[in-house]
This record gives sequence, C-alpha cells and structure tokens, in this order.
Amino acid sequence: MTREEFSEDTASEITAGFGNRPEMLVQILHAFMDRFGYIGEEAVRLLAANLNLSRADVHGVVSFYHDFRTAPAATHVVKICAAEACQAMGSRSLADHASKSLGLAMHESNDRITLEPVYCLGNCACSPAIMVDGKTIGRVSPERFDRIVAGLDGRS
Amino acid sequence: MRTRIYVPRETAAISVGADDVAIAIARYAKEHDHSIELVRNGSWGATWLEPLVEVVVGEQRIAYGNVAAGDVAGLFESGLLDGGQHDKRVGPVNEIPYLINQDRWTFWRCGLINPLSVDDFLAHQGFKAISRAFDAGPQAVIDMIKASGLRGRGGAGFPAGIKWQTVADTPGQQKYVACNADEGDSGTFSDRIMMESDPLGLVEGMMIAGFAVGASKGYIYLRSEYPLTYSVLNRAIVAARESGWLGENIQGSGFDFDIDVHLGAGSYVCGEETAMLESLEGKAGVIRYKPPLPAIEGLFGKPTVVNNVVTLSSVPNIVNLGGEKYAAYGVNRSTGTLAFQLAGNIKRGGLVEKAFGLTLRELIEDWGGGTASGRPVKAVQVGGPLGAYIPAAQLDTPMDYEAFITIGAMIGHGGIVVFDDTADMAQQARFAMEFCALESCGKCTPCRIGAVRGVEVIDRLIADENREENYELLVELCDTMENASLCAMGGMTPYPVQSVLKYFPEDFAPQKELASE
Repeated sequence: MTREEFSEDTASEITAGFGNRPEMLVQILHAFMDRFGYIGEEAVRLLAANLNLSRADVHGVVSFYHDFRTAPAATHVVKICAAEACQAMGSRSLADHASKSLGLAMHESNDRITLEPVYCLGNCACSPAIMVDGKTIGRVSPERFDRIVAGLDGRS
Repeated sequence: MRTRIYVPRETAAISVGADDVAIAIARYAKEHDHSIELVRNGSWGATWLEPLVEVVVGEQRIAYGNVAAGDVAGLFESGLLDGGQHDKRVGPVNEIPYLINQDRWTFWRCGLINPLSVDDFLAHQGFKAISRAFDAGPQAVIDMIKASGLRGRGGAGFPAGIKWQTVADTPGQQKYVACNADEGDSGTFSDRIMMESDPLGLVEGMMIAGFAVGASKGYIYLRSEYPLTYSVLNRAIVAARESGWLGENIQGSGFDFDIDVHLGAGSYVCGEETAMLESLEGKAGVIRYKPPLPAIEGLFGKPTVVNNVVTLSSVPNIVNLGGEKYAAYGVNRSTGTLAFQLAGNIKRGGLVEKAFGLTLRELIEDWGGGTASGRPVKAVQVGGPLGAYIPAAQLDTPMDYEAFITIGAMIGHGGIVVFDDTADMAQQARFAMEFCALESCGKCTPCRIGAVRGVEVIDRLIADENREENYELLVELCDTMENASLCAMGGMTPYPVQSVLKYFPEDFAPQKELASE
C-alpha cells in the first residue's frame, strides 16, 4: 500500500473536507490512516487544533479503537480471525502456524509483514478466515496461508 | 442475444474466489466471441456453495456451485451458456432445497437482483412500501409495526413498534434513525449479506422509520471489518439520491430523508447502542447510563430510533403485506422470521431465514448437514460471544426468544456456531473472559477488572490449582459481573463461562469430580 509522509497541509485539507467538525473525528482518523498509515503525535496536535478539541480528547479516541495505529505498519498487514466460529475450524492452530512460519508473534512486524489477530470478519461460514491488506479470504488452510503470503511480494 | 451470467460480489463469495471467477468468465467469453452480460449480484446466502455462478437459460437461472477460476474453460466447453451438464452444476437456483424451504420475508431479493441497480430494485417491489407509507401516514405505519410484533434483531429483542412510538411521541425538531450495522458477534453475517445483496431494501426500511417518527436524517454505523459492504452501501445510496429516492422532497411527497454511512474502528462494544451513539458523535465508544433511553435522548441528545440492519430491512414487507401477515409467522412472542446463520464447524454454512419455532437440531442437521469435520457435535454457541454454549443434549430447543432464556441461553442476532467433539471448552470459557477484557469500554469495574480476573481464575482452574476455592471464586465473579455490570458486555460475558461450568466441567481438569452442584 502506498502511503505518503504526514504533512500539515494535506492533513488540514482532510479535516476541512469534513468541515473541521469534532463529531467527524472517527471518520477523519480513518482518512488519516488511509493517507498516512498511522496517527502520529503531530497528527494528534493538528487534529486538536483544527477540531477545537484538547489533545487528551483526541488521544483518548485514537487509543480507544483497535484500527488506529500510532506507528506505521509493515508493507503488508495480515490479520487472522481469532473469534469463535474460526476457532471451531482451527484458527488457533492456523495462528500458531502463521507465527511460526513468519517468525512473528501477534502484533509484531518484520520489514515486510505485520501480523495481528482480528475478532470476526463476518465470514463465519467460510472459516477459518483471514484478512490480507484489507481483503477477506476464507477457508484458509495452513498450506493456503503459505501460498498467500508467498504471493504477496509480487504485488507489494 | 446476450446470455446473462450472475457472479456474486459479496464478501464470502469473493473470499473464496468469486472475483477471479468473474474475470475468468469475462476473459473466456471475449476470447471465444460469446456474447454475455456479466451481472454481479449479491448472495442467496447458500455460502457453502460459493462461488455460486448462475446462467440465465430461458426463464430459469441455472446454478453452478463452488466454481473456481480453473473450472471456467471446462464449464464453457460443457455448454455453460445453455445450462449444460457439469460436475459443478447444481440445477435451477429456485429448486435448491436449502433455499426454497426457507421463509424469505426479509432476504427475498438477496441474490435475485443487482444490488446497485435502482431499476432492478423498482422492478422487484422496491420503494413500494415507502409510497404506501406516505399514503397511510406515520401513525398507521407505527401501528403496522406494532401489529407485526417485530422485535429488535440485533440481539436484545425489544419490540420495534414501541420504540418507534416513543420516538414519535417525544417532541423535537430534529430526530434521527441510527442503523446499527456493527455486526461484531462471531458467527453472524446476516447484516452483511443484506447490505451487500439488497442495500436499497435497508435504505427503504430506514426511510419508513424516518417517516414514521419524524426524522429527516439517518446514519448507518458500519463496522470497519466490512470494506466491501462500505463501498456497496455508499454506491447504492448515491444511486438512490440520483434517482430522487433520497434527499429533499422525495418523489414529491414533501418528506426529506438522507443517509450517511459512518465507519466503526474495530471496537466490539460499539455494537452496544449507546456506545455506538458515542462513536457516531466522534468519541470513544464508552457506553452511556440508561435512562435516558436513546429513543428520548439519543444521537446528539435528540430522539433516535436505534435499530439493527435486519430489523429495519424487515419493515418494507410489513408495510406491503400488513403486520398481521408477519405476525402469523413464528411462535409465542417470537413472531415473524429470523435470519439464522450457520457457522463454524458446519458442512453447509450460510444464511437460513425461517419462522421462529423450528429447533436448533433442524437447523444444524437438516440445513447444515452436521459438522464439516463429520465428527459429533459437542457444543453450539448461539447468539455470539456473549451467548451460552449449548450441549448436544439441548439441540431440540425451539428457536424462540423465551425458550432460549429458559435454558439460560439467548438467540441474540441468530448466529449459530457449531463445535465438534475436539473442542476444548475450558479454552472457550477462557476466551469469553479474554475477549471481554480486550473489548471492555472500561466504564464499569465488574467488566473492566472482572474480565481480567476471570482469565486468571480460569487459568488456575485449568492448571488444577486449589480447585474448589477457584471454582467458587469463578462462580462468584460471574455472579458479580452478571448483576453489577452496566451493559451486556460485562453482564453477559458470564453466560458462556457458566454454561461451560455447568455442561462441560470435565474439560477444566483431568478429574471429573468438579461436576456442578
């Protein structure tokens, strides 16, 4: 995913697009994530100023939601569903396999991949499910997982 | 003449290759000069058959199931365009028993139509109900919903008509309709299938709610784990606006209504209605004390109808066919239909919309075909992560809100997650606490601290430390969380734990003397 460096001009353009309305904060943070890949200290400062909120307010929202990172992720984000329907179809061993084959614990990154759990992708009739760079994939065996990960470099 | 081929654009179908199949079909047809019209429909909900490709032959739609991109050339060579014989051929889609034996009141357009086409929607009774509502007037609409007995399909089961009446009766210049599409329960995907397959059906339901209570603005609070749904919903809403079915003075009725889609951000507790309202206001999803009810002081402090996707999508046909007709489905106080979702270790997973009253066994065995692994069913979690684990001995319980409460379980949003006999129920109990610790909004102590302590106590039980002491502690902790938490997150997390203690005590340790009193 191509992300750009944080710039105050771009960030202010985004907040202005939402009318600098504080009630749009969660939606604005999504827009920042799409554009910059994470919500850094400078983004928090700018949001507080533009939306007329305190930095503590903004920090409280950023830290509450799992979606908002405070540091960039690796090029690819691989999420493994860890909720019940996928557990019933072996997601625990799929997660173990993923950790072992990538050499990453959950929430860890290497220079290529960030590995994370996710709690339900709504694909529970095709368990176990994973999400790779925002795309949901179902019926994932360990072998299929390895093929998917191996195929990532070609389209990174 | 061009032959029409349907390939779903729906998350589950795409997750198992539907996009690749669509590309392969288009490419093959082009290379071989076949004249086709490729339509991306939603899903019928027979997820176990996805990707399900249909070819229109005469009056019929011939279905091919579990189609892979690699099958496409062979399918064409077998006469796909004439519905030719092939290993993957399922037959006419309207003869698939899994589908035709359902009671499709709410999901009937799903799979049938192109979700992004207003014309297709109009050709299938679309916006007929809102036009009827305009003629009947707001109170008559609320009376229809009351007569239907429709209860909130998000899980709480509160009568929708009473909620609407409260909002309608509360004075206020500005009111809102907030659709809860934060479908976070594992094992559930009916909201998603509705929004991806018939988004305008939801739009029409929200319009009717807005008209009935006097709201001009609707929000859909959609979980961020559903990126495709976000795109489909937004495109459908734009199409509705462009054709004059959303916006000011809709079709000359004098009624203004518009809808915005807001994304959640990965928080489970935001499915709780007051946390959802906080999140819609741009804040952290910390729950609110009730009262005041959202119907009286909801979004931005204004009277707000908060209903789930399926609740609102059930409304148009209630207005078209009458509340009594809907109420004739179902049993006792569970009137109408529910979209059950078969998930987890199940052979034929998918969506089954049926009148209340059939048993869990019928759903799992007749529709689901038993476990995917072929092993015996050990436990079934109904109603998401806060629902009890039901043992195989209770599979004959009828699907009825009150019957489920009687056995200490809940129907919730209708998700049914099947586990076979290899499941370690002690680990499932531990996960219930772990998930609560992870997702608690932190406002109340029983939930915030109780869940963390719950994980610790269960770990000690699994390790066989001071069994009796820890067992008693866990029972007490569950009791405290259940009775002292502010919302269902902390209040119901004990349900799966207690059910494991009651029905699967042997999974906590090698010895079995821990059986419940």
